[in-house]
Amino acid sequence: MSAEPLQALANVGKGESTRTLLRVVILFLIAGAAVASRLFSVIRFESIIHEFDPWFNFRATKYLVANGFYSFWDWFDDRTWHPLGRVTGGTLYPGLMVTSGAIYHALRALTIPVDIRNICVLLAPAFSGLTAYATYLLTNEMTPSPSAGLLAAVFMGIAPGYISRSVAGSYDNEAISIFLLVFTFYLWIKALKLGSMLWGALCALFYGYMVASWGGYAFITCLLPLHSFVLICMGRYSTRLYVAYTTWYALGTLASMQIPFVGFLPVKTSEHMPALGIFGFLQLLAFLDYVRSAIPGRQFQTFLWLFAGGTFGIGLAGLVIATSAGVIAPWGGRFYSLWDTSYAKIHIPIIASVSEHQPTAWPAFFFDLNMLIWLFPAGVYLCFQQLADEHVFIVVYALFGSYFAGVMVRLMLTLTPVVCVAAAIAVSNVFDAYLIVKSPSTEDRQVEDVSEAVAKKAKSGLKSTSKPVVGVYSLISKGAVVSAMTVYLLLFVLHCTWVTSNAYSSPSVVLASKLADGSQHIIDDYREAYQWLRQNTKDDAKIMSWWDYGYQIGGMADRPTLVDNNTWNNTHIATVGKAMSSKEEVSYPIMRQHEVDYVLVVFGGLLGYSGDDINKFLWMVRIAEGIWPEEVNERAFFTPRGEYRVDAEASQVMKDSLMYKMSYYNYNNLFPPGQAQDRVRGARLPEVGPTLDVLDEAFTSENWIIRIYKVKDLDNVGRDHAAASAFERGLKKKKVMKKRGPRVLRVD
Amino acid sequence: MAPKHRNNRDVTPSAATSTASPSVSGTAPGATTSAVPVAKPIKAPAAATASSKQDWNSVVTNLINHYQDATPQRTKLIDAFMAFLVVAGALQFLYCVLAGNYPFNAFLSGFSATVGQFVLCASLRIQTTEANKSDFPAVSPERAFADFVVCSLILHFFCVNFIN
Repeated sequence: MSAEPLQALANVGKGESTRTLLRVVILFLIAGAAVASRLFSVIRFESIIHEFDPWFNFRATKYLVANGFYSFWDWFDDRTWHPLGRVTGGTLYPGLMVTSGAIYHALRALTIPVDIRNICVLLAPAFSGLTAYATYLLTNEMTPSPSAGLLAAVFMGIAPGYISRSVAGSYDNEAISIFLLVFTFYLWIKALKLGSMLWGALCALFYGYMVASWGGYAFITCLLPLHSFVLICMGRYSTRLYVAYTTWYALGTLASMQIPFVGFLPVKTSEHMPALGIFGFLQLLAFLDYVRSAIPGRQFQTFLWLFAGGTFGIGLAGLVIATSAGVIAPWGGRFYSLWDTSYAKIHIPIIASVSEHQPTAWPAFFFDLNMLIWLFPAGVYLCFQQLADEHVFIVVYALFGSYFAGVMVRLMLTLTPVVCVAAAIAVSNVFDAYLIVKSPSTEDRQVEDVSEAVAKKAKSGLKSTSKPVVGVYSLISKGAVVSAMTVYLLLFVLHCTWVTSNAYSSPSVVLASKLADGSQHIIDDYREAYQWLRQNTKDDAKIMSWWDYGYQIGGMADRPTLVDNNTWNNTHIATVGKAMSSKEEVSYPIMRQHEVDYVLVVFGGLLGYSGDDINKFLWMVRIAEGIWPEEVNERAFFTPRGEYRVDAEASQVMKDSLMYKMSYYNYNNLFPPGQAQDRVRGARLPEVGPTLDVLDEAFTSENWIIRIYKVKDLDNVGRDHAAASAFERGLKKKKVMKKRGPRVLRVD
Repeated sequence: MAPKHRNNRDVTPSAATSTASPSVSGTAPGATTSAVPVAKPIKAPAAATASSKQDWNSVVTNLINHYQDATPQRTKLIDAFMAFLVVAGALQFLYCVLAGNYPFNAFLSGFSATVGQFVLCASLRIQTTEANKSDFPAVSPERAFADFVVCSLILHFFCVNFIN
């Protein structure tokens, strides 16, 4: 059993064509694994769009499919941001929707009747297969080792850092743009290596596609100039660099300006200026290069000094004038928050309030990348050893990506590709050294032992490699290292599967819980409530809710909303925040002015669902305070001792706020008197619940996660609502006498 | 003029490149008549610092000579087109500065068209130059031209689309 198949197996890999065949098969299997590992959510729950943003993308896709491309391009949406509306066609990245629309029509043309929802759900897994392939191509540019590319493809296919944004149903911009990111980088490397205009143009086209798909395109816009700059600083300017970079920049910038949402940004904002600067710099360099070839050295020096001095002076003057005249916009707030992590918290609460904009906690690196994170430096080190132009790219990307991944949780996504590439280079290096069955035939036998071999390898990196690498002699050491690596790889697969299945496969629209007997129980309150809205309210009933739920209400309930996840108008969001955090008497006019018909809150107190509105409440207060500092005050929502409480000791402002009242209205009726308890915050609630005067409870879902209130109309008899509901409760009208002050003796 | 005179003296640029410092000092008597070319080896750095303007002149003339001698006719055609593009771009920029950038789309696409075409021409020029052969093993002149055409088509497609 041992010798014969082994020999056959060894022979199979010999021929060139069989190798190619094997490679194709392996790549297909990798793509299959990448797709399959993202299907947990579909199998456990159903084919459903996840979370928040995907619901908007889904809605936009449906609009695109129903109304065609041109009306999508000019789409003005009057069902969001209620009184204002949103120029949706000009304020979104259309790449994702157009991609799935194209797939939909292509499948229709092939007479495959498929629902647009299923395309949207399965788009991210499908593209993850392509991402694995793109990573394979990119890695193959880095190293001659044939196995590195395949390993990188496997890593990319199953690394949780990428899966987190690309499970089935996660129909978000990142679904396609990570593929585009990696593929653009591959084309860039290819263009740089060959110095070909065609590859540069392809790179620009995919860059344009990337710009059309995701705001993260700025990452490419900054990384490619940085790479070029580093190359120039290392004295590696070449005509190939000139051709590749200028072709990419000239075409890519024009391509990016075709997207209405990006428009003139590439020539106006500072994020894009490095690219422009390097473009100009390369022109100078090319000119100097030409001059140097034309005239003698000493003359060239004179020329260089005059020329460089003049250019620098002119450039500096131009920059100063342009900045002071306000031609170049200052850096955007989201960009500042990349440099100073506390910037957003101080200046822009709306950005800081999104959890994925928070700085990354260090365990997240291990959680998302597992063993890749410790192989990553080894891979980067190996890149240093060779350090051709493309290895410089990996090094630069690694530095840049690591920094940004540390600043913002979401940017872990852009780090993952380079980690996979670097780790694959490291692993393949180990395997290439230890998987050779034949012992080296060289005579000097100083390398006997694994540790010595490793030491020698490390040494050869530091010294210039005068001697060729000898290799490993003993089979035992080979076996040990190889089996250890194999175990690590298997553990990696286990970890990835576990993380994907447990952490990243929840749709968050549908919640799952385990019953006592271990069976799964589905909590479907969101869809229940949205369905109620769809069936029981009139078509243009305006729903007010915190912005997190805007896209879902638009997508699932199909009702107009005041604010949504687009967050383009901070004042409008602050208005909603103020309505939520003020007293009823203050909130009611706001709601009337905005024609609000229903108010929707999310309350997790009964179930212990922690992502509810009371926990997000402080952000509403902060954002409202940013606009109306004299009317809303964050401090007033804390107890005198500085605690954020919801029980009897909560501050009066807290108890009076509309959000608190809506969350706990009627809640204590569920419990025996005095036993009402909030299971999220672990607080015992006061015996008497809050009263609501201006709202009627309209609907409360099964587990009380979603509560919908109807805004009362004006009172028929002209009383204010407090008086009217006091009358309803049977309280007598307070004596008017009291207002008159102390009784005085009549003197006339 | 002195440059003309020097033109005849330096026949090939390669001769100039081979001996750098003599050629610098050699120009000195031609250009500045009053200078005293007594001790050549000691004078050369002094002259370089003293009369940088004259130095500059010789740099420019050298450059022009080299260009006229070593550039094939076809490449000169490309260069003429590039010069035209520079002029066209500069005119547009001047117009934008003087008369305002109101149809900004139109200005941007017009200007980017000239800039883009310029860099594409430059790339074509670089790729077809004999001296750069070693940098581009995979790109033959025909391939370079085909690439140039494809890229120009893409460029102008975007420009026309963007011009409004």
